[in-house]
Amino acid sequence: MTAADRTLPALSLALQVFLIGGWFLPDWAQSLLILAFGKGLVVLGLLLLIRTGLVSFGQGLYYCLGAYAAVSASKILAFPDLMSDALAMPLFGGVVAGVLGLVLGFLLARYRAIFFAMLSLAFSMILYGLLIKMSVLGSSDGFNIDYRTLAGIKLPDGMKLYALYALSTLLVFIATACLHRYLRSHLGRLAPAVRDNELRVEYMGSSVRYVVHVNYIIAAVLAGVGGGLVALSIGHIDPDLAYWTTSGEFVFVAVLGGTGNVAAPVLASLLFEWIKSAAYQYAPYTWQMVLGITLLLVIMFLPAGLWSIFQRRAREA
Amino acid sequence: MTDLVPVLIDGIIYASYLFIIAVGLTLIYGVMKILNMAHGSLYALGAYVTATLVGAWFSHGLNPYGSFALPLLAAILVGLVAGPIIERGLLRFMYGNDEIVLILVTYALLLILEDLIKLVWGVESYSAYQPYGLLGTFEVAGLPYTKYDAILVGVAVSVGVALTWGLARTRQGKLLLAVIHDREVSAAMGINVQRVYLVTFTIGTILAALAGALIAPKVSVVPAMGVEVIVLAFAVVVIGGLGSLPGAALGALIVGLVGSAAVHYLPQVELFSIYLVMALVLIFRPKGLFSAAEARKI
Repeated sequence: MTAADRTLPALSLALQVFLIGGWFLPDWAQSLLILAFGKGLVVLGLLLLIRTGLVSFGQGLYYCLGAYAAVSASKILAFPDLMSDALAMPLFGGVVAGVLGLVLGFLLARYRAIFFAMLSLAFSMILYGLLIKMSVLGSSDGFNIDYRTLAGIKLPDGMKLYALYALSTLLVFIATACLHRYLRSHLGRLAPAVRDNELRVEYMGSSVRYVVHVNYIIAAVLAGVGGGLVALSIGHIDPDLAYWTTSGEFVFVAVLGGTGNVAAPVLASLLFEWIKSAAYQYAPYTWQMVLGITLLLVIMFLPAGLWSIFQRRAREA
Repeated sequence: MTDLVPVLIDGIIYASYLFIIAVGLTLIYGVMKILNMAHGSLYALGAYVTATLVGAWFSHGLNPYGSFALPLLAAILVGLVAGPIIERGLLRFMYGNDEIVLILVTYALLLILEDLIKLVWGVESYSAYQPYGLLGTFEVAGLPYTKYDAILVGVAVSVGVALTWGLARTRQGKLLLAVIHDREVSAAMGINVQRVYLVTFTIGTILAALAGALIAPKVSVVPAMGVEVIVLAFAVVVIGGLGSLPGAALGALIVGLVGSAAVHYLPQVELFSIYLVMALVLIFRPKGLFSAAEARKI
């Protein structure tokens, strides 16, 4: 347990390192980190679901919804100034995703194993099918998106990227720290119990469906905020955010990192984006193959993910 | 509503090839409890091999009617090579894992196969259109349809009949049903479960490749086709009930008809409507339309 107690101080140290170190990084590295942090939030939600024993092949639904909500907030809602805010847009995306998660959660909380995976996949493909053909929603071209302020403060041109970077670093810190606390709370500790034996959880007087539902909503909110951040970073959104291969990528990163610690998804996401950008440049036709082989190796030799390497070392020490 | 007939016919043609893919997927799931995400890539592989064979056949100026054997040849080739390699080389080390872990394994396989296809055939599109128009057309309600499409429907029906007959009437089929029912007891009774798995996976692979091989003359063969078709095949088997043969047929018909109706009446909702049906079926019949009741195990 001593290793777990170090998590919060380590996270705040990492926050400071990333905030200060990021200032000296070139633009492309900052953009890459924002992307990795945004997607890391989605994978953080998957960590919670996997701890509950569920794998969703449809987190792209909330990821995409968050991104589209962020855009529609700036385009449609009545406060265009407020809604081109780099903080308000992802948060709005998270809220919209959370509301949908609440609604769909009533249904999905009844499903397990592949049926959970398939139904969540179906929902994300419904959104994809809607977006790709509806011209009011931008159809396959999508929308461009921009931000001008951060928490109401107007951003000078030279500061825009770093402001978004600092925001995403801060959001990831808040999300991981809160999730870490949550996992050690009563409700959070029920998640692995649900995975191990639902019947016992029910006998002990807790509602399995409630646990699944709450965790599902949290995962949806995280995916929505992550989608909003990624949308701001890329500056463009399209329906592919909801396509099932996007969701598959999140599952890949979650398996890669493992569920041992809240930092694992974020680190795995950083590693993934870094490898992906390098592989895209040097081996555009074989990088998926590299990913596939990596996934197989992780499943075979590190079933608890890359994080288990740290844990093993901690135990030996 | 005068155009109900073309909607029906297009739907049935669409359903035929969906059925051939989905039946392989459902067979593998039924026996091995693996929801094979790489099934779509095997389908793509079948299409690519067919495109290559057809291209070579016509560039050598061989008898054009002989080209009808090529899709079948391609399917058997892909099935007999890829099936055993994947089953013996990878999947057999994974049995006994959680179903979700097995999905991840086949997802990894999908990623590998997708790039393997790109490495061999590149990213440009291929076509194998020649056999499609060869037999000419026939008319239904004033609209022309190619005879190739009629053959496609015939192949789907024959596959369905052959599998049903094979499972119910042959010794091998009965062994298979025993393994589906209880793997451990079957093994204890002396059934070679390893071999049953190998044969099942190979047949499933042949069927996936056959669907791709038959569709190749109708469409342009592109890298994304496997990833696109696998989610449709999921929809089909989930609607019908995972592991059920009549379920796959019904699911294919539903998806085929819904898809073709959407294309004819309201093209904006094509993809959307298929997954909506899938979600609705899962909501009201979580295990699909043709699922048997299952005893709860603690």
